[in-house]
Amino acid sequence: MTGEVLVGFYTFILACVAGYQLITKVPPTLHTPLMSGANAISGITILGALAMTNGHGTIAATIVGCLAVIFAMVNVAGGFMVTERMLKMFGSKKK
Amino acid sequence: MTGPVSPQVLAANAGYLASVLMFMFGIMRMGKVKTARSGNQLAAGAMLLAMVSQFVEMGRIEPWFIVAGIVIGSVVGVVAAIKVEMTEMPEMVALFNGSGGLASALVALAAYAFHHIPMQPLMSASMGEAAPSAVNGLAVMLSIVIGCVTFTGSLIAFGKLSGKVSGSPVLLPGRHVINAALLIMSLGGSVMVVFTTGGMPGMGIVIAVTVMALILGVMLVIPIGGGDMPVVISLLNSYSGLAAAMAGFAINSQVLIVSGSLVGAAGLILTQIMCKAMNRSLTNVLFGGFGAEPEAGGKGGGADEYTNVKSAEAEEVAMILEDVQSLIFVPGYGMAVSQAQHLVRELGDMMAARGCQVRYAIHPVAGRMPGHMNVLLAEASVPYEQLFELDQINNEFKATDAVIVIGANDVVNPDAVNKKDSPLYGMPVLNVWEARTCFVIKRSLSPGFAMVKNPLFEADNNYMVFGDGRKALEEIIKCLKEA
Repeated sequence: MTGEVLVGFYTFILACVAGYQLITKVPPTLHTPLMSGANAISGITILGALAMTNGHGTIAATIVGCLAVIFAMVNVAGGFMVTERMLKMFGSKKK
Repeated sequence: MTGPVSPQVLAANAGYLASVLMFMFGIMRMGKVKTARSGNQLAAGAMLLAMVSQFVEMGRIEPWFIVAGIVIGSVVGVVAAIKVEMTEMPEMVALFNGSGGLASALVALAAYAFHHIPMQPLMSASMGEAAPSAVNGLAVMLSIVIGCVTFTGSLIAFGKLSGKVSGSPVLLPGRHVINAALLIMSLGGSVMVVFTTGGMPGMGIVIAVTVMALILGVMLVIPIGGGDMPVVISLLNSYSGLAAAMAGFAINSQVLIVSGSLVGAAGLILTQIMCKAMNRSLTNVLFGGFGAEPEAGGKGGGADEYTNVKSAEAEEVAMILEDVQSLIFVPGYGMAVSQAQHLVRELGDMMAARGCQVRYAIHPVAGRMPGHMNVLLAEASVPYEQLFELDQINNEFKATDAVIVIGANDVVNPDAVNKKDSPLYGMPVLNVWEARTCFVIKRSLSPGFAMVKNPLFEADNNYMVFGDGRKALEEIIKCLKEA
């Protein structure tokens, strides 16, 4: 096992715990926006997609990577946008 | 990593670190009403920063595929986000989940294709200069498995939510055996091949595992009924994060690992909240086939089982409402279906203008997605202060003059409290029957998702207002205006 993978493993465990602690008590109002916002964050896989598309690998890697860029970008752009739309509604009716 | 680190890589990593922190604070802020919007914007900024850092790290960029991918994806995502109706939000979230899962699976496939041809230099520094290890290979396979399950699972969830696939559970004989076999074969296959070839698995196995995972996603979600979708969507959300984290392991990217795990944890928390609200374990939701057929000992809940049901016309409802001092609305999935949220608000405002205290009681699993009702009522500009959670309002029904239930059923079933052998027993419900008068706006006496009879409908203080939620409310509002 290479060192980098080991570091990755530590990161993974710590981030899971941190994530769990960061959002323990969520008011129900925010369940949907939190979900769609978190969903947009899972589009972070776009970084991998970009690296693969640009990677000078095989042509197959470039094409599959490009598809990944498209789907990840739908997730990122759409996810943040729709979350913003919802949260704007929550904020607007304060009297 | 060995050797000197180039300034480019250093700058990129500074960017990654900053974006990871921004994601963390963003997601933390998304958990509170006041800061949620800024939290989302912070996370969006983090994403932009992470992408810019990725470009910095890559250095020489071959723009065509990248630009095309970004433009196409952004246009599709933004158009969908702008056009979607708030009532269709569960479908939208399901599709976005699936899209994210698929993207991670594709990244893993690309990483596989990338390494498959030997002697190719790895250009991306984030992938390290070293040859792929067995762990990278395993991560590639896991990312494919989780991503594919997320993808097809989300498509089925979308189909069920939009009515394109039957919302009721589809129970195939021997499905547990089939699913277990698929899971063991795809996971076992990945592990074995990775370790026997000491790096990347063979192409045939990759394709086989991909296909099995795609089937598994369908098989896992198809037996789950429409009413359990809040749990399923939360769980798929968690999976999409996990898939991204695995893709991170596959290509040695810490940003992907951290961000993916954050999403995985968030989805898991929501899943837990949803299960608790239904008083059921995750295992029961996933494997129970709940609502497929009348439970043994329970009743089918057809219209013929009810005696003494009192129904009221719009004029009668309006007449009673005229003298009401306190009113609580209980919205359910039916409100979303008939898009009645604006009329509910209108009626609420009219009552408030008459000096009546107006509140809304939101059951945590009302609707098809966590927080579904809150989004719809927010769209209709119902003040946040008028929305109450189950725990906050359940003791208030006793002192309330009238309750209007719109398109909800199981979440207001008194059997959950009173009848020990009911399948619903133990599930927290809204005690609407304690109010002086209760109105249930509903198309018919047909049972809810749990397929059980609801004794509320024949209670002495309950009136059924039969019809579409929208039409019924329109008529009530009209009568109340004339009064």
